[in-house]
Amino acid sequence: MTERITRDDVAHVARLANLALDDDELTTMTDQLAAVLDHAADVEALDLDGVEPTTHPLSLRNVWRDDVVGDTLDRDEVLAAAPAVDRDRFEVPAILGGEP
Amino acid sequence: MNPDVSSSARSIATAVASGTISAAAVVTDALATIDAHDDEINAFVALTRDEALDAARRVDQQVADGENPGPLAGVPVALKDNLCTRGIATTCASKILEGWKPPYDATVVQRLAAAGAIVVGKANMDEFAMGSSCENSAFGPTRNPRDPSRVPGGSSGGSAAAVAAGFSPLALGSDTGGSIRQPAALCGVVGVKPTYGAVSRYGLIAFASSLDQIGPFANDVADAALLLEVIAGHDRFDSTSIPQGAPEISVHLDDGVDGLRVGVVTDLLGDGIATDVAGRVRAAADALSAAGATVGEVAIPELSYALSAYYLIAPAEASSNLARFDGVRFGLRVDAPTTAEMMVATRTAGFGPEVKRRIMLGTYALSAGYFDAYYGKALKVRTLIAEAFARVYGDYDVLLTPTSPTTAFELGATTDPLSMYLNDVCTIPSNLAGDPAMSVPFGVGDDGLPVGVQVLAPALGEVQMFRVAAALEQAAVPKVAS
Repeated sequence: MTERITRDDVAHVARLANLALDDDELTTMTDQLAAVLDHAADVEALDLDGVEPTTHPLSLRNVWRDDVVGDTLDRDEVLAAAPAVDRDRFEVPAILGGEP
Repeated sequence: MNPDVSSSARSIATAVASGTISAAAVVTDALATIDAHDDEINAFVALTRDEALDAARRVDQQVADGENPGPLAGVPVALKDNLCTRGIATTCASKILEGWKPPYDATVVQRLAAAGAIVVGKANMDEFAMGSSCENSAFGPTRNPRDPSRVPGGSSGGSAAAVAAGFSPLALGSDTGGSIRQPAALCGVVGVKPTYGAVSRYGLIAFASSLDQIGPFANDVADAALLLEVIAGHDRFDSTSIPQGAPEISVHLDDGVDGLRVGVVTDLLGDGIATDVAGRVRAAADALSAAGATVGEVAIPELSYALSAYYLIAPAEASSNLARFDGVRFGLRVDAPTTAEMMVATRTAGFGPEVKRRIMLGTYALSAGYFDAYYGKALKVRTLIAEAFARVYGDYDVLLTPTSPTTAFELGATTDPLSMYLNDVCTIPSNLAGDPAMSVPFGVGDDGLPVGVQVLAPALGEVQMFRVAAALEQAAVPKVAS
């Protein structure tokens, strides 16, 4: 079996996905992703030149509506569900700092 | 007269509307049944006791005032916990949404209320609807009411179990790759995935947006039809909603199957399908033939690629959809000095192992250098499958397959992710094509557990699909003379 996906690939993907994996999790995840990608080798091997991709089951067109003001979500209710709020805004820790 | 929650939604609604029983009594009885038995089953992650009793009293007031209380008056309903309920915690069975109270109701929740239905609780599920056994839940697994040592199937396992256990005659679930139909089969109830776009997804927390569809669970085909008629139809809050009204299904349930062309899909009766399950599908085909349908066999070799395509497309969409869970606007936040570190800490602590696996798989399939080989190819396979169905539906009105390769398996028995994914082999093709499909109980397997037969139809073919389902139900359960 060729090496489907390496440990380094998995570590890179975890960074892209904003997930932290420890050493054991990296090992397990590498094996499990490799197994699924091996199963997907049947798709990878197909010659599909000239076949159009389907991104969606409906042949959708843009949906228009008149530009009129309607009901919107209640701001206080939305903010009440947030982990941290400063006046009428979502609050987050420092954005700059940490890694350069 | 004593209310009986185990009776059909139709009979409850009729009795409530006529004033024979009160909605409050029906709901009180349902909650008592849940209190007595859900410790063992764990179908619900939360009950909406006070809200349910308030809603029931409003229905009773409508009846007293001579108003029409709606087609589901006083009928208890279980809601999968990925459907938003205003002011009521909605968690997707995930730690990352623990305690989150949505600021709005899903469209289906609004339509249930308008029809007089009463939501009694939020049903357990695999976290973010990712799983086929209802074991991937932050609230612990749900057990199968037919045999509590077995799984109820997933991801809508709590919804299926609630109906099978007699907790509520109706439930809503969501189906991305079989998450309504497979648990329906394993629990011995009816489960329907409508045509993509037939039911609004507004307020359904997204897993894979081009595949997700909300649908009903019920104890019989007529109740499932009634619930679908209530929730279907255009909604301007979902841009993928089909711009037409709900289909009229109930009036056609007694039309029979005379002259309908039924194709038995041979690709899904051989390798990987248990012999007893395949036998029930053949018996279902015979029953339809005896009822007047024209039955043939059909091969659709393209279906062999469906599972691989699905497990690239669905995780890819999920990795994008679940990026919104970052500790900023809702749910869990794990504190850290910077926002970037906070997001990683929150997602790492908040998501369970299967959700992380799918996010990783999807992120990989979409990443530079692999996009064309995996995701791009999978989208083309989706075209092949849709074209294959279109070809077959030139000759057949509906198709017949198993819903699940086996009957309900033991809790904890399937630990390898890929083996778990294989449970979805019969259900995935309909999601990729956007077509409707439903599972109907049709007898039991060698182990005495329920077997579901799946009826597939082309897009917007709900009426012919339900006619076939009704005929199967009649053949499986001969009507007792009244």
